[in-house]
Amino acid sequence: MVAAKIAGVLRAQFPGLVLASDIDGLHPSLTLSPENWKEAAAFLRHDPRAGFNFLRCISSLDLYPEPFIELVYDLMALEPAGPGEPWRCAATVAIRLRVPRDGGSVPSVADIWPAAEWHEREAFDLMGVKFEGHPDHRRILCPDDWIGHPLRKDYQYPTEYDGIPAGPAPKTSVPETP
Amino acid sequence: MQERVYHSYPDLLLDAEGEDLADLRTEEMLINMGPQHPSTHGVLRLVLRTDGELVLEAVPHIGYLHRCAEKIGENLAPYQFIPITDRLDYLAAMNNNYAFSMAVEQLCGIEVPERGRYVRVIMSELNRIASHLVSFGSYALDLGAFTPFLYGFREREYILDLFESACGARLTYSYITIGGPALDLPEGFLENLQQFLDYFEPKIDEYNQLLSYNHIFVRRTAGVGVISPEDAIAWGLTGPCLRGSGVRWDLRKCMPYDIYDRFEFEIPVGVPGGSDGIPRAVVVGDSWCRYFVRIAEMKQSARILRQCLEQIPDGPVRAKVPRVLKLPSKEVYFEAENPRGQLGFLVVGDGSPIPRRVKIRGPSFCNLSIASQICRNVLVADIAAIIGSIDVVMGEVDR
Repeated sequence: MVAAKIAGVLRAQFPGLVLASDIDGLHPSLTLSPENWKEAAAFLRHDPRAGFNFLRCISSLDLYPEPFIELVYDLMALEPAGPGEPWRCAATVAIRLRVPRDGGSVPSVADIWPAAEWHEREAFDLMGVKFEGHPDHRRILCPDDWIGHPLRKDYQYPTEYDGIPAGPAPKTSVPETP
Repeated sequence: MQERVYHSYPDLLLDAEGEDLADLRTEEMLINMGPQHPSTHGVLRLVLRTDGELVLEAVPHIGYLHRCAEKIGENLAPYQFIPITDRLDYLAAMNNNYAFSMAVEQLCGIEVPERGRYVRVIMSELNRIASHLVSFGSYALDLGAFTPFLYGFREREYILDLFESACGARLTYSYITIGGPALDLPEGFLENLQQFLDYFEPKIDEYNQLLSYNHIFVRRTAGVGVISPEDAIAWGLTGPCLRGSGVRWDLRKCMPYDIYDRFEFEIPVGVPGGSDGIPRAVVVGDSWCRYFVRIAEMKQSARILRQCLEQIPDGPVRAKVPRVLKLPSKEVYFEAENPRGQLGFLVVGDGSPIPRRVKIRGPSFCNLSIASQICRNVLVADIAAIIGSIDVVMGEVDR
């Protein structure tokens, strides 16, 4: 319900921004076009109609074999209640952006939500999405000289690293619940 | 109540005539702290740019414990992934299992029976107490006090004995799986839990007397590493770090999941010094507040446990889960309140038994990101106080 309101407000403010909305599922989300993402993010953060001040998570999904990577920004609007009262969550929404796999880049929102700094570094490190304007754009979890982006579906497991040989790539099995 | 401010040394190096004592001028050094270090709570590397004893900047480097849990999640079925979740925040394994199980149960529409839900909450809150005891003990140890560590671990032994009687393991349990706990509680578990609660609750006041109001401890932690509530929300902090800054936000109360809406408990937050017995030097959002929120949370967890003991019904603990659980082509993002913050799982199914993507939002990952901001212009000794108060477990930072 609240995600529908956000979708309406965004459509009114930025025509052509909201590409799709899936608000009745388990994970209510709006798919936005990555072109005006910076303005949309600033609007979502600062406008009193949205007020999403808490960035919970930035996830990256590889849509292989489609040539897209999807970024999912989970946002929450926290607001204080009376003195001694627990704070309230006014709304939650997930914003999805589709970025091309090869060389796709998205404006960084680290200046809007500082929590994004490390989440974007992780999305770059593990999925290869570049973030323009990121203050510290380098790998965070893998070593600095790692080749490739491990969470991609077409990632080639390395055969050796720094001269140390690595084993064969793992296989998937179909398991049974006990 | 002022935040402590240190001045850079070069301003003060003038002799009696006001001439610059160039010989005594220090230079900036880049000092490496970790990844192997007793005070960094795991394999965390901090590169400190220091000017004498003053740290101008501390840059955390993480990834030394990266074990590719998310990639493994794309190759294992959910029930096979449960042991991996144990090892994320290895001090709160029950809570990790709980969060992941609930995410998958939401995705697949599995309803856990009532007794199973109560057992999950009991284990989750016991593990919260155990985790906060480690945090209490190791924080004191970082600052040079050895005794609280031993007392904390002694109480933890009773909790680990309870866990061992229930599932056989002391640290990585894999007890709470998809569909509920793997086994029902053993005979005598609830009586032992009652005895433990009667024994443990007075101990919290003893530990306050031992450490929380100790003059040296207060001098080292009050006013150090102050995080304002706006900064805490902007940087995505959750758990005691957020509550220590005065933001009364706890998922169990504010967005209740499972059966947490049936329990009465409070959310402790950081309070300014001078009232209620709080030392006067304490500022809301400093390291002392974050530490004290954990101590108060142990009391609230004990309260929840007593209510569980009263309310737990008989019956089965597990739901009927199909032999090969096919995940629907939907996704779910579920967050649970772990001892260190909100642990989130984004599970994307694609119709097969193996998820397409498992994204883990580790609370310590988000909490640690603020370290580079608050470790500016503090003394080297304060770095240990600040990192210890954030209470990171590198298992969920690096996954």
